[in-house]
Amino acid sequence: MVTTTVSTPSAKPSSELKAQVNSLSFYYGDFQALKGIDFPVEKNQVTALIGPSGCGKSTFLRCFNRMHDLYPNMRYEGEILLYPDGINIVSPEVDPIEVRMRIAMVFQKPNPFPKSIYENVAYGLRVRGERQRNVIDEKVEEALRSAALWDEAKDRLNELAFNLSGGQQQRLCIARALATDPEILLFDEPTSALDPIATARIEELVSELKEKVTILIVTHNMQQAARVSAYTAFMYVGQLIEFDDTKKIFTNPSSKLTEEYITGRFG
Amino acid sequence: MKLRRHIAERGIEGLLLLAALVSVFTTLAIVAILVWESVVFFRSVALLDFLTDTQWTPLFDDAHFGIVALLSGTLTTTTVALLVAIPLGTVLAIYLSEFAPFRVREVAKPFLEMLGGVPTIVYGYFALLFVTPLLQRIHPDLPGFNMLSAGLVMGVMIVPYVSSLSEDAMRAVPMNMREASYAMGATRLQTAVLVVTPAAFSGLASSYILGIARAVGETMVVAIAAGMQPSFTFNPAEPAATITAYIVQVALGDLPHGSIGYQTIFAAGLTLLLITLLFNIAGHVLRRRFREAY
Repeated sequence: MVTTTVSTPSAKPSSELKAQVNSLSFYYGDFQALKGIDFPVEKNQVTALIGPSGCGKSTFLRCFNRMHDLYPNMRYEGEILLYPDGINIVSPEVDPIEVRMRIAMVFQKPNPFPKSIYENVAYGLRVRGERQRNVIDEKVEEALRSAALWDEAKDRLNELAFNLSGGQQQRLCIARALATDPEILLFDEPTSALDPIATARIEELVSELKEKVTILIVTHNMQQAARVSAYTAFMYVGQLIEFDDTKKIFTNPSSKLTEEYITGRFG
Repeated sequence: MKLRRHIAERGIEGLLLLAALVSVFTTLAIVAILVWESVVFFRSVALLDFLTDTQWTPLFDDAHFGIVALLSGTLTTTTVALLVAIPLGTVLAIYLSEFAPFRVREVAKPFLEMLGGVPTIVYGYFALLFVTPLLQRIHPDLPGFNMLSAGLVMGVMIVPYVSSLSEDAMRAVPMNMREASYAMGATRLQTAVLVVTPAAFSGLASSYILGIARAVGETMVVAIAAGMQPSFTFNPAEPAATITAYIVQVALGDLPHGSIGYQTIFAAGLTLLLITLLFNIAGHVLRRRFREAY
């Protein structure tokens, strides 16, 4: 049994909660993948989730947009309260589509649709029933600008998205997620399929985007967590071992396990 | 030892090559005979007449050789069949691939495959003795032989081909594409129609092409239910012979070898072959053009 030492970060006077996770457990069939996680998500900040492979960090992230609901034989316990209204997004009474309308996601591998660049970004708007061409045009441009892709893409909006490079495709996926003004943006190892230059651009983008949207990012790259996040959570075998200011986690972790992981002794 | 292995290996290789050559040779022989006999046919009938005449009466004293009279039958029955098979097959594929629970799919698929395994003569009599009377209740003037009934039943017959290939194409669309759509707040239907279907387009197109080829080449259903009388009409409520129906009729009859009437079936067969070839090429081009690499 691992001892859990969750210390809450020093409360800042300006801090505001975007979400609060209370004793969240998750099961794939009989297998318990998440074991009673408590965890605050601060508004307009980047929170990083780190931990060795199989520790449950992606599973945890995918609870936030109910992605697990696509597959059979799974069960949530506990709650994730989304503020300001305080709905429990893992409650069976809450429609997963409602949740996904408010919380967007960027995946590990760039996964644009087999459509034009424009239509990829417009997808979320179309799904929401937006029909007015000028509204969509405006939103697409805004999203592409926010994702730092506008300059590269503005002359080729009708080209197939697959013609973009890997890094551009991932920024397109970010633009797609941003176009519908999500409240939280989830990143699931967004740079693991990209080269160092493309990675640097995405990281830069993540830091900029927190002005607009609350960000949760799963990464197996500790330097990345240190660079982009204000808070870091360290997970191990389905448990949250430590959660604190990123600086504190990387300089003076409270848990022995965290220290061993960040110094590269396992993982 | 080594030598024996070598010889055995060579022997097997030779056998396999032979097996492959049999099918190649058969195809070539068919084409050669069709072309050869058609050349004989076109010595006595001008190609222009063949293509422009609107009557097909090779066995009458006043013989006409207008292939369009048969082609119209083939095109009409094929169109009716596709109007049934493509929408139904596609919807079924979307359902099976995106909506059906595992259990339903496991039960529905064998049933569909069984539908594809029913002998076509059964479909033919089903059209003639069940569907036509049914249609006549709605539309009493409908003749006993008509292309509508034959086309509808042929469409149902083709559904399994279209749906099974289409479903395979849809299931080959990677899950991360669906996840991306769901993550944007899309419903299942939106995901199926806006993302999965376009992503599977090349597979869908080739399933349609296969359906067309089946419909064009289908013989029994049309021979039994659509009538044997060649007539230049695109009205599905009328009887008409298709190319295939005509070939059956003549091939089973007692026309002397080498007579011009006998020769016609080769010209008709060559036309049929060219049509199917055309669709196969179109399908190939579509597949190449819209193939997505994930």
